[in-house]
Amino acid sequence: MSDVSPFDEMLRSDRSVRDAYQAFETWFSSEDPAHLRAKAREAEAVFRLTGITFNVYGAAGAGERLIPFDIVPRIIAAREWARLSRGIEQRVRALNAFLHDIYHRQEIVRAGVLPVEMIARNDAFLQQMIGVDPPGGIYTHIVGVDLVRTGPDQFYVLEDNARTPSGVSYMLENRETMLHMFPELFAKNRIQRVSRYPQSLHSSLAASAPRRCDQDPVVAVLTPGIHNSAYYEHSFLADQMGVELVEGHDLRVVDGRVAMRTTEGYRTIDVLYRRVDDDYLDPLNFRPDSQLGVPGIFDVYRAGGITIANAPGTGVSDDKAIYSYMPDIVEFYTGEKAMLENVPTWRCSDPDSLAHVLDNLEELVVKEVHGSGGYGMLIGPTASKKDIREFRAKLEARPSNYIAQPTLALSTCPIFSKAGLTPRHVDLRPFVLVSPNGIEITPGGLTRVALKKGSLVVNSSQGGGTKDTWVLEDD
Amino acid sequence: MLGKTAGGLAWMFRYLERSENLARLVETGQRIALTRPDRAESEWASVLKTAGVTASYKAHHDDVTGEQVVDWILRGKDNHSSILNCIEGARMNARLVRTALTREVWEAVNECWMTLCSELSRKVIPRDLPRTLGVIKQRSAFVRGALHGTMLRNDIYDFARLGTFLERADATARLLDVKYYVLLPSAAGVGSTLDNAQWEMILRSVSAEGAFRMVHGRNRKPADIAKFLTLDSRMPRSLAFCYSKIGDNLGYLESDYGIRMPSHDMAEAMCQDLNHATIETIFENGLHQFLQNFLRRNGELAVQIELDYRFSQ
Repeated sequence: MSDVSPFDEMLRSDRSVRDAYQAFETWFSSEDPAHLRAKAREAEAVFRLTGITFNVYGAAGAGERLIPFDIVPRIIAAREWARLSRGIEQRVRALNAFLHDIYHRQEIVRAGVLPVEMIARNDAFLQQMIGVDPPGGIYTHIVGVDLVRTGPDQFYVLEDNARTPSGVSYMLENRETMLHMFPELFAKNRIQRVSRYPQSLHSSLAASAPRRCDQDPVVAVLTPGIHNSAYYEHSFLADQMGVELVEGHDLRVVDGRVAMRTTEGYRTIDVLYRRVDDDYLDPLNFRPDSQLGVPGIFDVYRAGGITIANAPGTGVSDDKAIYSYMPDIVEFYTGEKAMLENVPTWRCSDPDSLAHVLDNLEELVVKEVHGSGGYGMLIGPTASKKDIREFRAKLEARPSNYIAQPTLALSTCPIFSKAGLTPRHVDLRPFVLVSPNGIEITPGGLTRVALKKGSLVVNSSQGGGTKDTWVLEDD
Repeated sequence: MLGKTAGGLAWMFRYLERSENLARLVETGQRIALTRPDRAESEWASVLKTAGVTASYKAHHDDVTGEQVVDWILRGKDNHSSILNCIEGARMNARLVRTALTREVWEAVNECWMTLCSELSRKVIPRDLPRTLGVIKQRSAFVRGALHGTMLRNDIYDFARLGTFLERADATARLLDVKYYVLLPSAAGVGSTLDNAQWEMILRSVSAEGAFRMVHGRNRKPADIAKFLTLDSRMPRSLAFCYSKIGDNLGYLESDYGIRMPSHDMAEAMCQDLNHATIETIFENGLHQFLQNFLRRNGELAVQIELDYRFSQ
């Protein structure tokens, strides 16, 4: 890693406190650390009691775990946020235009901006979606754009989560927890609210109802079930929106519509916020062995009988290989330069890039094109010689399965540890809602923090924690 | 409401009710074992029978000892009806129906689970047993309290209550059936210290010693005990009480949904039979037959409710 210390969200290089953190710092330095430690333990107890847990795959008997919560907020100035949200909006607009295009005329391929094999050979591209018009023309109703920062004005998009972004329940619960523990902080800082999110989500989904729906749209959340790692979030969102949380076996197709089995018979659903992957959505149209889906739901969808959010086939737009084309994609559909930068990316399918990557493995981050959750990646600077050797073999065997990026000096934000405030690397996932009424971005989002010193992996499945994220009302 | 949610609510409260009944049963067994060591083995055998786990216990043990029985009922891994498995089941169903519960009810059941997981993580030594059993009853009461204090009286509440009372009626009937022979009028004549112990066990197992005294005085007669637990609708664990509640809750569902289901007729028939019965006619026709018949119909009603309200496909 570079010798220059990374950008710190709270402190300038001369150790003075940045403006956005002034009020927080004054409060913090007047607090008794022992008292704060007690509060932090209290927060953990609240999380456990509320059941804000995630299930760990593969770890036998591990069951439910808490995501560590850090009490130091990540604070974003109003001006910074305004700039970021413009960039996010532009990007999300482009994602939807791109999805519509590749499932229709594929102008972007005809124009020679995107090679045809990026789509034709893409596992996330759904043939069945070709020519389908989703209600309201929207593909990605809910997006979580992962951002990292490396300097005062330098943000990069790390990933566009356009399938089923998770984590929004943590954004909301983290804020609730902070309000509960430190009400005085909210009197001293004017912080933009996040609590409207569930209502916004509901109205955004309802506004996307199919045209055939002529009454108050019935919305439901589809979960794979209580063993899914994000089950808490699914039930939380259904609860907060006041809608039913359904599983595949609660649903069936009745008279050309999708309906849920209630105590009073079958009731039609207009909009389904699904947290089940494309492959498992419909055993008749996709994976026949799926127990999680609804037989025939895709046929109803094609006939305009239900809105599925996000639309099937959106995964093609957040794939890591497509990612490398995002600056061109944004420009192609919006006619403007992308406001948010991409991390420079080498596509290992390209022989010259592959050669460069193989020569510089010690300095690069190499990721699987379809990977997620921080699994299956190599972080060159911190990897052992053996790790690098093994990864080199995998890379040479299937180059097109990988992309590589420079190791970014992710910004740090202090966490509250035994030693007081200590810097740790963070990222940011703002949550975006798209409906025929427009694009809505909740101010802030989820800040994930690598709790281990020097670590760049913020994923909760790999020991990452979260923070409350503040966007100030004014600077 | 989703059919699955109705089922989850009923099962969540069935499991909680079961865990509480089991705790009382173990408490009583322990007391008799301590005060009348000569009776211990046969008492523990009837505890197993009442809990309905004799077969599974015997599959894993060669002999009946208090220590093993207590551990089997509290936390036997292969005992589906162990208290720990019941709490686990209650909490799993609560997660399933979480959107239907108030925060208070969810937290009460989640805390119940957290507390008992640690309480029952290892074998409970005899000295700690009274305290552990107390915690189990108390945690179950917390959930009930949160339910009463915070839940809207709608169909969600009705299904929760139906689960509670179907389970409770089953438990009381089974308790009586295991001991029916000591309640027969002929047993009154035999009337020995031995029978007194049995009667005490029955009343203790439903926390009704004091209540019985208030109604029938100090003189325990087996027919009065049988009457108290079957037909006295003031006694919250009697068959008549459970069925008056089941009738109420099904009635609310009928008026809420505006439709009468087969289960309503079944429950009404049960209520009427209990209202018209006298303890004399029950004894005349045979207490054992009466209880067996009741258990069968109670089970059939539970199945019919599942069908009527589409708990599953």
